[in-house]
Amino acid sequence: MSSNELIRPDAQVHFGVFFQGVNHTTIWSDPASGSQIDFETFRRIITTAERGLFDAFFLGEGLRLREQNGKILDLDIAGRPDAIAQLSALAGITERIGLVATQNTTYNEPGDLARRLAGLDILSGGRAGWNAVTTDNAWTGENFRRGGYLDHALRYERAGQFIDTARTIWDSWSDDALATSVDSDAWSVPGAVRHLTRSTSQFDVSLDATLPRSPQGHPVIFQAGDSPAGRDFAAAHADVIFSRHGTHFDDALTFANDIRARLRAAGRPADDIKILPSTQIVLAENASEVEEKRRWVLAGQYTGQTALSLVGQVWGRDLSDRDPDGPLPEDDPVPAPIGVTRGAARDGKDPISIAKEWRALAEAKNLSLREVAIETSLRSGFLGTPGQVADELAHWVRAGATDGFNISPYIVPGGLDEIVDWLVPELQERGVYRTEYTSTTLRGHLGLREPLTRRRTGETDKSATG
Amino acid sequence: MSVFALGIELDGEGTHPAAWRRANHPPSESLSGRILTRRVQAAENAGFTLATFDDSILSPTADIRARVDAVNRASFVAATTSTIGLVPVVETTYAEPFHTSSQLATLDYSSRGRAGWIAARVEDHAAAAAWGRPVLTAQSDIDREQRDSITVARALWDSWEDDAVIRDYKNGRFLDRGKLHYIDFEGESVTVKGPAIVPRPPQGQVVVFGTETDRDQVDIVLITDPNRDRAVEAADRSRGLTFIEVGVTLDTPAAAAADRLAALDAHAHAPETPRLEYTGSANGFVELLTDLAAHTDGVRLFPTVIDEDLRELARYVLPALFHSDVAHRPVPGSSLRGNLGLARPANRYARA
Repeated sequence: MSSNELIRPDAQVHFGVFFQGVNHTTIWSDPASGSQIDFETFRRIITTAERGLFDAFFLGEGLRLREQNGKILDLDIAGRPDAIAQLSALAGITERIGLVATQNTTYNEPGDLARRLAGLDILSGGRAGWNAVTTDNAWTGENFRRGGYLDHALRYERAGQFIDTARTIWDSWSDDALATSVDSDAWSVPGAVRHLTRSTSQFDVSLDATLPRSPQGHPVIFQAGDSPAGRDFAAAHADVIFSRHGTHFDDALTFANDIRARLRAAGRPADDIKILPSTQIVLAENASEVEEKRRWVLAGQYTGQTALSLVGQVWGRDLSDRDPDGPLPEDDPVPAPIGVTRGAARDGKDPISIAKEWRALAEAKNLSLREVAIETSLRSGFLGTPGQVADELAHWVRAGATDGFNISPYIVPGGLDEIVDWLVPELQERGVYRTEYTSTTLRGHLGLREPLTRRRTGETDKSATG
Repeated sequence: MSVFALGIELDGEGTHPAAWRRANHPPSESLSGRILTRRVQAAENAGFTLATFDDSILSPTADIRARVDAVNRASFVAATTSTIGLVPVVETTYAEPFHTSSQLATLDYSSRGRAGWIAARVEDHAAAAAWGRPVLTAQSDIDREQRDSITVARALWDSWEDDAVIRDYKNGRFLDRGKLHYIDFEGESVTVKGPAIVPRPPQGQVVVFGTETDRDQVDIVLITDPNRDRAVEAADRSRGLTFIEVGVTLDTPAAAAADRLAALDAHAHAPETPRLEYTGSANGFVELLTDLAAHTDGVRLFPTVIDEDLRELARYVLPALFHSDVAHRPVPGSSLRGNLGLARPANRYARA
């Protein structure tokens, strides 16, 4: 398939906003940067996103503060709310936008988590989503009863059983189970709730679900795994993939084609999963200002200390006394048996070969340590005038490389204003972005079919797209 | 006592199993955010200092089988109310203390300092199966989980000092890591390293409610006793703030309280109540609360039918208590702690 073929000429761009709340891509040093935790920050972002007709607002999760060299990482924004509790509060002040909580399958139990997600779904009128993630490190486990280490191979086993159990809980009420009149014989229709008993390698659960189905059936399942096992997991369970392939078109298209193949292999339609890569969008009103804006954003994201910290992660030691505008360290990293940086990217890659690549890059382009950190970061995203970026995004979606984008604002709470005020109108002019919400549910916004479990049992879902 | 605070329990349609028959909406609408918001706003307008939200992972009754969890309900109304304290029940026997602490701190942020927590033991064995955890049957085990959960939550709320976020532009540091603390809790069934993922809540410590057994760990002890004299004695004896729990059925323009109860009982038999009950006129209820105010710091009222009894409370009972200075409306902009006369606590980890 040629990468320029528009296989979906009528496809629409879907936007989500990912409120990360941690890491160096969120600039806190700018005067416009607000509190990372005050509710007002969240209110402002979500109301801006809803004004911009976004599909969803996402909250991340980290169950332990990040550390480097055994110390809490102090360079980046940290400190964020419990996702479900915060999204419930945000549900109370919004009408349409989807509310997606990142929640761990390792340090939760399905009977409890399914209930809390369903509660959010009911209160929001069918706008809840769950970004299901797994953790296998004992370091995070130190905050939980489960404690210890969940074997890496078991994490997807547990996650799969977890999601299956959660879906069964969500599906265990018949439709129309609640009486529609105070004069009815009973509050709920007798026999409307199926008791659930489940005994698996990971779970031993017996319960009566305590919530009916929501207007969207049940919460939309998001998944972010990128390994072959993670992709198969998504093809088996997910409605949406929150992908990492949001920078290079060919890479995104290859990923999307791979997912479509896996979906077919799993017996699902090829368009049954929506792909929303995480991305950053940097806009400047005029073409002449684009490069200046780019440099301003990078300077804010990669301070000297942050660059030293990122390079220090590879070298496995504290480099904070070095000059960030000087060269990379000359000696090789000392390979450590386990990563010294906890809860950050790059865990698990060979530091010596990374160092080698970086030195070659520095030499070829005559780069300082800080410039190497910028050049090699997991940078993602789009840069340009609103018109230029709108053209690019429309092309990505119509060529089938993605279904939309999950935007991480580089400044909170104001960073979404430019997207909504400048970019959304350009997309609307091109006919690739909605001009009003046409659904009340997250499932409906995303154009998803009814929940997987409902299809397997052959039942129809009359309210799925609400 | 300087404060006599009024609390109201807003779970379901009221305490009577047939209360839903007297609700202003059918069961199919009972779980909606719209009804929840309307209820809590009505309680806030009436002048209640706090609303509580009962909870369990199990069905409320064999017939009323649905309930949204209490933290979600309290959170949902946090940004559309401004004065009333929001106090969910969160159980301690099977829940993860780390999550509980984060959820309540988050509620404290979204409500701008109005969060409370009724820390509750779970005695029903079916809850263990619903959680998928080994059942705890010995009272000493259940008590230990309660104790450890409160200990962990409180330590985590202090694990960020108030001024831990420094935004030191010159040195590129967002945090002062010296003001973040590992709590290193090691209990029999749970270890928690810390620090919290949520910064210290606006109130410093969320207001914690428990039983007399929990006296040393909680801000307010809830007294549940069907006998007035025993309840009052318990309040007098307790070494700290107490709330007495009171069930209430009031006369309405349409029917006398006793007749209302009889009509409800004809539909469904109400289980024996564990708490002090009042059935009668609004004036009589004002007298009872005025009497209790001499002994206790507040009440948690359990309306028999929320839609009927809350209306009567708002029209006749609270205005009379405010008029006679027995109780006061909560102060807008004040925290729940402030409205209960509790100081914002110092942080255990802060160096003087």
